[in-house]
Amino acid sequence: MNPINQIQDKVVQEMAGLEDWMAKYEFLVGLGKRKAAIPERFKADENAISGCQSNVWVHAAMNGKRMHFEAESDSVITSGILVLVLRVLNDQTPADIAAADLYFLEETGLSDELSPSRAQGLAAIIQRMRAAAVEAKNSRVR
Amino acid sequence: MIDIEKIRSDFPILARTVHGKPLVYLDNAATTQKPQPVLDQILRFYTDCNSNIHRGVHHLSGAASRDFEAARETVGGFINAQRAAEIIFTPGTTAGINLVAQSFGHAFLNPGDEIIITEMEHHSNWVPWHMACERAGAHLKVLPFNDDGMLLTDNLPALITGKTKLIALSYVSNAIGVVNPVRQVVEMAHARNVPVLIDGAQAVQHLPVDVQALDCDFFVFSGHKMYAETGIGVLYGKENWLASMPTYQCGGGMMDAVAPGKILFADPPLKFEAGTPNISGVLSLKAAIGYITEIGLANIAAYEQGLLHYTVEKLEGLEGVVCYAKASEKCNAVSFNVDGLSSYDVGLMLDKMGIAIRSGKHCAEPVMKHYGINGTVRASLALYNTDAEIDRMIEALERILTLMR
Repeated sequence: MNPINQIQDKVVQEMAGLEDWMAKYEFLVGLGKRKAAIPERFKADENAISGCQSNVWVHAAMNGKRMHFEAESDSVITSGILVLVLRVLNDQTPADIAAADLYFLEETGLSDELSPSRAQGLAAIIQRMRAAAVEAKNSRVR
Repeated sequence: MIDIEKIRSDFPILARTVHGKPLVYLDNAATTQKPQPVLDQILRFYTDCNSNIHRGVHHLSGAASRDFEAARETVGGFINAQRAAEIIFTPGTTAGINLVAQSFGHAFLNPGDEIIITEMEHHSNWVPWHMACERAGAHLKVLPFNDDGMLLTDNLPALITGKTKLIALSYVSNAIGVVNPVRQVVEMAHARNVPVLIDGAQAVQHLPVDVQALDCDFFVFSGHKMYAETGIGVLYGKENWLASMPTYQCGGGMMDAVAPGKILFADPPLKFEAGTPNISGVLSLKAAIGYITEIGLANIAAYEQGLLHYTVEKLEGLEGVVCYAKASEKCNAVSFNVDGLSSYDVGLMLDKMGIAIRSGKHCAEPVMKHYGINGTVRASLALYNTDAEIDRMIEALERILTLMR
């Protein structure tokens, strides 16, 4: 099975017991609080994601044949979401990242719980990661 | 005296639930809910007398025109303008400020001139002046405030020079709720022959406004923030200014005569009301003023002040919550933050508990920069809020604080 989907399924399972929004936010806040800060140099302007109401930075770089992301937000709930997204996409191949269908967001109910403006921000974060993967994929093909 | 149960029953939307919880609406600085008399007026206009105004000879048009001009008189009376002709209907506060910035700017702003605003202005009372100065080659100067939210008015005399053409400031700050010493600023400005525009968007619904007593040259506010429809606002301007300012938008309804090479513009206010106005909005504004006046602005002010003090007292009792501009005289709103959480996190979680507040920069980035923060949580009140609703917000915040530990 696709390694990204394997991880997605694990996340869905982990969050299956969280019935209401409060439990989900508690879970995300827990993840977000424990997340380590990324090096300052990765919080450059070109890594900032627009379309987010909080500050979010995503840095992408190839590590051998795999794409590695460093990401951070000053919103603890967004940080929690980043932890999950990174768990799913980090250190995968560019081809797999570019093609990934992130169904875990729907299946965990996360996409329902996010306000429209927050969901736009999340979409922008994922879009940045995909774009980096596509660029890396295309440059390797060339 | 406020009969709060009666008032709440006047606002149908307050009965609704959000995420299965009763709505607690504390985002009134963004927009207010509408009482039944205003809703009835809107429906009545479109079912009984919808017609374009100032143009037709038929009955509906005549009736609508009379109602429209009667509303203008009512608005004039509400802010104690000398004449109804000093009341211009606009789409809102932002539109009113843009009108003055462009028209006044075009006529009176020359290269090297200056406009003064304050550090706490909403972007709508910042950017139009920035653009006017850019167009004219003039300078925009900013009067700062301190961490208590007080404008440093001692700095104002030094800021005003022979090149200062206008001062624009808010009566009440949308971001931090402070009430500015606008009368004092007008006096200082007029001592140097500088006119003043007051942004009253966060003031008219909370405290009595008397533009003659203030002696301001321009005053702007929005209908939707005072229980009327969206898309309607007021620009008050002293007669002499309106007479000397060039037209802003041109078209039907603001000219006395049009012939090749010769156009005769109407007098104010029509000179500044091109096209078909938001007639329903104007009539809804009259209805909202009637509603407020029946309760009494002094009663509303006293009630809201009590509720605001209660809110700040309760917030300050929470460990991990910091309120901004504590020491200042405030009106209607308090901005705060919760330790370790961005304001968006707090807003999201409060929303799930049925509580509507505003999180973020509140279109006042310079205020955020002043405090070195990314945003705040803002709870803003209206005459239908209760201390029970504040208690619910506090309980919700306690729940959020527990989550963070």
